[in-house]
Amino acid sequence: MLIASPPATGGPSLDPLHDLAQLTEYPFMVSALEAGTIVAVMAGVVGWFMVLRRQTFAGHTLSVMAFPGASGALLIGLSAAAGYFLVAGLVALAIGLAASGEARDTRGRESAFTGAIQAFGLACGFLFLSLYHGVLSNYESLLFGSFLGVTSSQVLALAAVAAAALAMLAIAGRPLLFASIDAGVAATRGVPTRAVGVGFLLLLGLAVAETAQITGALLVFALLVAPAATAQLITPRIGLSLALSIVIGVLVTWIGLALAYFYGYPVGFYITTIAFAAYVLARAVTAVADRAGPLISRSRPFAADR
Amino acid sequence: MFAHEFFRNALLAGSFVALACGTVGYFVVLRAQVFAGDALSHVAFTGALAAAAAGVDTRVGLFAATAVVALVLGGIGRRAGDDDAAIGITFAWVLGLGVFFLALFSEGSGGGNGLLGARALFGSIFGLSAGEARLAAVIAAAIAAAVLAIARPLLFASVDPAVARARGVPVRALGLAFLVLIGATAAQATQAIGALLLLGLLAAPAGAAHRLTANPYRALALSALLALASVWAGLALSYAVPSLPPSTAIVSIATALYALALLLAAAVESSAPAPPQPAGGRN
Repeated sequence: MLIASPPATGGPSLDPLHDLAQLTEYPFMVSALEAGTIVAVMAGVVGWFMVLRRQTFAGHTLSVMAFPGASGALLIGLSAAAGYFLVAGLVALAIGLAASGEARDTRGRESAFTGAIQAFGLACGFLFLSLYHGVLSNYESLLFGSFLGVTSSQVLALAAVAAAALAMLAIAGRPLLFASIDAGVAATRGVPTRAVGVGFLLLLGLAVAETAQITGALLVFALLVAPAATAQLITPRIGLSLALSIVIGVLVTWIGLALAYFYGYPVGFYITTIAFAAYVLARAVTAVADRAGPLISRSRPFAADR
Repeated sequence: MFAHEFFRNALLAGSFVALACGTVGYFVVLRAQVFAGDALSHVAFTGALAAAAAGVDTRVGLFAATAVVALVLGGIGRRAGDDDAAIGITFAWVLGLGVFFLALFSEGSGGGNGLLGARALFGSIFGLSAGEARLAAVIAAAIAAAVLAIARPLLFASVDPAVARARGVPVRALGLAFLVLIGATAAQATQAIGALLLLGLLAAPAGAAHRLTANPYRALALSALLALASVWAGLALSYAVPSLPPSTAIVSIATALYALALLLAAAVESSAPAPPQPAGGRN
C-alpha cells in the first residue's frame, strides 16, 4: 500500500514529460496504472447506473462483502477470488429479491434488510478470521487494496471481467435505463423490472468482487459512487454524464496514483480525497448556477428528483 | 458466568448500548436513514484512528468525528440524510482519511496499529474495564433518554414532514439533532461491538420491530427489547463457545431474530389480509 522507497528524485519536477517518464519507470507502476484505468472505466459505468437507481447502500454492502468472502475462502481453503464472487453473488441475489419485493414507500424497511445483511456478513467475516487464527494484520489491504502489487495476469483478468460487465450493460442498457428512471411506466410497457433489478445487482456484485481484489473494498466503493454522482450533478444528459463519469473516474485514479507515487501516502487516501473534492466543487458550481437565474440554471439531475 | 468481572462489565455496557441502539434504530429505519447510520459507524473508525495518531483519548476522536460528519451529512442532504450518493461520497472520503491516519500512526509508533484498527473495527466488549463499562452505560442511557425525549415530535416529523412543519415542528433541527444522536450512538457503541458490526444492532432489531407491529410506540419498545435480547443471548453464547467472538454472536442473533420476524410477518400476511402498513419511507 505504501511505497516503501520513494523514487530518488524525491518529488515531481515541473516538467510533465519527465514526471511521466518517472511514473512509468517501474513495471509495478505501469501495472497499477493499467489496472486503475480499467477499474475506473468499469466503475464509472456500473456506478453511474448504481447512483441513478439510488442503490449506493447496496453497492457499499456488496463491496464490503469482500471481507467475509476473502476470510471465508481462506478458512475452507478456496481461492480468494472464488470467495469474493460467491459471497458477492449470494448477497446481490438476496438484496435484489428482497428489494424488488417491496413497494417504493417502504424504503426504510428495505434498507433495514440491506443493513442487517451487511452486518451479518461482516460478523461472519470476523468469525472466519478468528477461527482461522490469523492475525488481522492486513485488513487494511482488504479495505484499501494492494494497488501497487498488481501483476500483469491480474490486469488481464480484470480487463476480461470489465469487458464482460460493459458488454452486459451495453445489451441490457436500454431496459435498465428505462426501469431505473421510471419503474412504473417501464413495467406497464413490458420491461421485466424485477428481473432487470436483480440482474443489475448481480452485475454490480460481479464488478465489485473482481475489482475489490485489487483496489480493496472501500476504494472500489469510492470509485463507484463519486465520479458517477459528480457527473450526474453536472449534466442531466444521459450520454454526456456517462462519459463524464468515466473521465472523472480515470482522472481521479491517475492523479491519485501519481501523488501516492511521489509523496508516499496511501493511494486510497489520495483517490478518495480528490474524488470528494471534485464532487464538492460540482455541487458548489451547480448551486451557484441554480441561483444565477432560470436562464442558465438547469433542472436538477433526473436521478435526484425521483 | 456472572462470577467473572469482565462478563459483568460486558453485560452492563452491552445492555445500555443495546437500549440506545434499539431506540435510535427504530427511527433510523422509520426515516430510511440506515445508510447514514452505516456511514456514521464507519466514521467512528476514522475518529478512533485520528485520536490515536494525535495521541488523545480515543473517545474524544470518536465523538468529535461522528458529530462533525453527522452535521456535514445533515448540511449536504437537501433534507437531512436524504441524498444517498452524497452520504456515500462523504464517508468514502472519511475512510480514506482513516487510512491516512493509520499510516501516520504507524509511522509514529512502529507497531500495534493492526491491533488498534481491529479493536476499532470489531470491538472488544469482553475487554472493557469496570470504569469504561460504567461510562459506556451512562452515555448510552443518556442517548436513549434523549431519543425518548424527542420521540413524539421526531415521529411526527418523520412520518409527515410537511404537515409537521406547518404545525410548527422544527423539522430540520430535529433531523440534524437526530443525526448527531446516531453519531453519538455509533461513537459509544464502537468500543463495545465495533464500527463495522454496529449496523447490525441498529438495523436488525428495528427492522424486525417494524415488521411485527404498526403501532409506533409498541415498535419502539419492541426494537429496544429485541436489541437487548440479542446482546444478552450473544454474550451468553460467546461465553459458552469461546471461539465465537462476542460481536459476531450478538450480530448473528440480531439477524436471526430479524429473519424470524420476516417469516412471521409473511405468514401473518398470507393467512389474513393484514391492514395496510403505515408508510415506512418518507415519500
